[in-house]
Amino acid sequence: MSKKPVAAATDTMTDTATVQDADVWPLWEVFVRSSRGLSHLHAGSLNAPDAEMAVRNARDLYTRRNEGVSIWVVPSSAITASDPDEKDAFFESPRGKEYRHASYYTESEGVKHL
Amino acid sequence: MAHQASDTRASAMGTSVTTESDSAGQARFDELIAADQRIEPADWMPDAYRKTLIRQISQHAHSEIIGMQPEGNWITRAPSLKRKAILMAKVQDEAGHGLYLYSAAQTLGVGRDRMTEDLISGKAKYSSIFNYPTPTWADMGSIGWLVDGAAICNQVPLCRASYGPYGRAMVRICKEESFHQRQGFEILLHLSRGTAEQKAMAQESVNRWYAPALMMFGPPDADSPNSAQSMAWNIKRFSNDDLRQRFVDMIVPQAEVLGLTLPDPAIRWNEERGHYDYGDLDWDEFYEVLKGRGPANAIRLERRRQAHEDGAWVREAAAAYAARQQASVVERIAS
Amino acid sequence: MSDTSFKISVGEALTAEQITAQASKPTDAVARYALRLGDDALVLAQRLGWWIARAPELEEDIALGNIALDQLGHARSFLSYAALAWDKTEDDLAYFRDEHEFTNVQLVEQPNGDFAHAIARQFIVAHFQFELYRRLTGSSNDMLAAIAAKAVKEVDYHRDHATQWVLRLALGTEESRRRMIAGLGVMWPYVEELFEDDELVTSLGDAAVPPSTLREDFDRAVGAVLAEAELDVPQGFVARGGGRRGVHTEFLGPLLAEMQVLARAHPEATW
Repeated sequence: MSKKPVAAATDTMTDTATVQDADVWPLWEVFVRSSRGLSHLHAGSLNAPDAEMAVRNARDLYTRRNEGVSIWVVPSSAITASDPDEKDAFFESPRGKEYRHASYYTESEGVKHL
Repeated sequence: MAHQASDTRASAMGTSVTTESDSAGQARFDELIAADQRIEPADWMPDAYRKTLIRQISQHAHSEIIGMQPEGNWITRAPSLKRKAILMAKVQDEAGHGLYLYSAAQTLGVGRDRMTEDLISGKAKYSSIFNYPTPTWADMGSIGWLVDGAAICNQVPLCRASYGPYGRAMVRICKEESFHQRQGFEILLHLSRGTAEQKAMAQESVNRWYAPALMMFGPPDADSPNSAQSMAWNIKRFSNDDLRQRFVDMIVPQAEVLGLTLPDPAIRWNEERGHYDYGDLDWDEFYEVLKGRGPANAIRLERRRQAHEDGAWVREAAAAYAARQQASVVERIAS
Repeated sequence: MSDTSFKISVGEALTAEQITAQASKPTDAVARYALRLGDDALVLAQRLGWWIARAPELEEDIALGNIALDQLGHARSFLSYAALAWDKTEDDLAYFRDEHEFTNVQLVEQPNGDFAHAIARQFIVAHFQFELYRRLTGSSNDMLAAIAAKAVKEVDYHRDHATQWVLRLALGTEESRRRMIAGLGVMWPYVEELFEDDELVTSLGDAAVPPSTLREDFDRAVGAVLAEAELDVPQGFVARGGGRRGVHTEFLGPLLAEMQVLARAHPEATW
């Protein structure tokens, strides 16, 4: 389906995993949990020599205003993303299946606790 | 400025060769832009759009990084411990903002090291405002009030830029930057209400920064060839002159609160337009400074180059250490 | 001060402004003790602030910036508290004392040099401050205990930051190892001074922490990192010290001249 060479396709998958120029320090994706009970959310990225420094740099860069209680870092190169050229094949199926959503069921409207 | 490197990269990605999927991509891209939707890194995008973004985002990043210097100059001399802490936090924020922006540019296929090389070799541009020197403490106030104020006018609309990572970086930056302008205003307010010497220091500084700050919005619309395309792509949302007018309307009443005057006798309220009129700017000077002939251009670049070169052995050491740790893990697994 | 007002308790994030507004007046001896800890942090913050926009990579600009801001925060807390004893402000103490009135240890005034020098100095100071503040949280003086309780968490991170870099520089490349060894060699002569007790500390009893009691834990913690980094504890020349008595190396004068120049040019001004 994809006409692109494999390398280029995977390189352009994620927000920041597109770097074709190699940096001396590789790129990392940073995920921050803003408070207990919430998921880690993608905060951004940074360059760091290794995982230990990446998590520390992430602390210094992305939580200096109290934004987090927990941090994940992942090498950008480790992220596998869906192929943008296969958008239709990947994301068509849920469309037209409104019966998966509560809002589809209108006859019970007005009935309490349902 | 042409980023040839990015041209080759873009064509390596197959985006400059017209193929069947390109025309489908172009159609999809046009559709998204027309619907005011965001373009994401994995999407097909026109070569020129990618190039424009790389140029604009990396220039913006460079500006943040070079912009650390004029204020960084005063960290060691800040006149109170409170001001020292604020200034340090602000300059540190600028490093952070540079980082967010470099990251956004990295999603377009250009590496940080390459962008840094382009900066220190003088190939890449950055905002010419940072080529003006900061001889007095009052300049910390003027930079915050006028330069950051102008930057915020420019940046708020960029939060809605059509390129997703750029818009997201700008949202974070605008959120953090809100204190920058206020602290600058506060510095000037204290000076203006202080001793006669302090007030003179404030006025002298505002006199120097007023025109350069107005020029930060770029040349008049008639002389700004790239603006139209950027607006069509929803990267830019308002014209240079519109933003400049908005800024003037903002700072005139603020100057009154400060008890300082703006060095432009032509400033007066125009009832008919509902805006303040202001005088013509000396664009010859602007182009001179833009070409790197500003008073502090060489100093700024030299300082950046030196920091980068002095740090090379550290970056290499950390990379070597990481490689060694990795190798020893592999060895342990193998044995 | 007023006994119905806000009571500062251990573990609160104190600001200099809160201390000025709400702490009660310390005795002269407590103030002089707070002053020396504040001077350590202030002079170190001044040295670290220089690095912003000069670090080896942007991420490190930000890391060193955070550490400098932490140190400046500790300095402001200690100086604000000390200032109450003499009806002064933190800025009076920072900007209008002369070199011989500064009571910081000589280590913190040592020049930045290259990144390895800065890391060597950080490595020593952070371990020292961690051991000191850890114990100071148990001070019989509530204010000192409260300042230490915030500070100890922050210097714990500084310790970790320095440790990570000592390992990377020592075990990175030949050049970085050579520079790390040189940096430690330059800073180590000033270690001895950190652990010298004096009359002031002894007179304060449970309010203060005699630095000599920190030495064992310091040596153990620092030794473990150096061993992992395959480095020897530097031997040789020991500086004569005297920072606590206002005796300084030739580097403090220029540092203060720069720090104080603007404030002193406008002695009447507020900023």
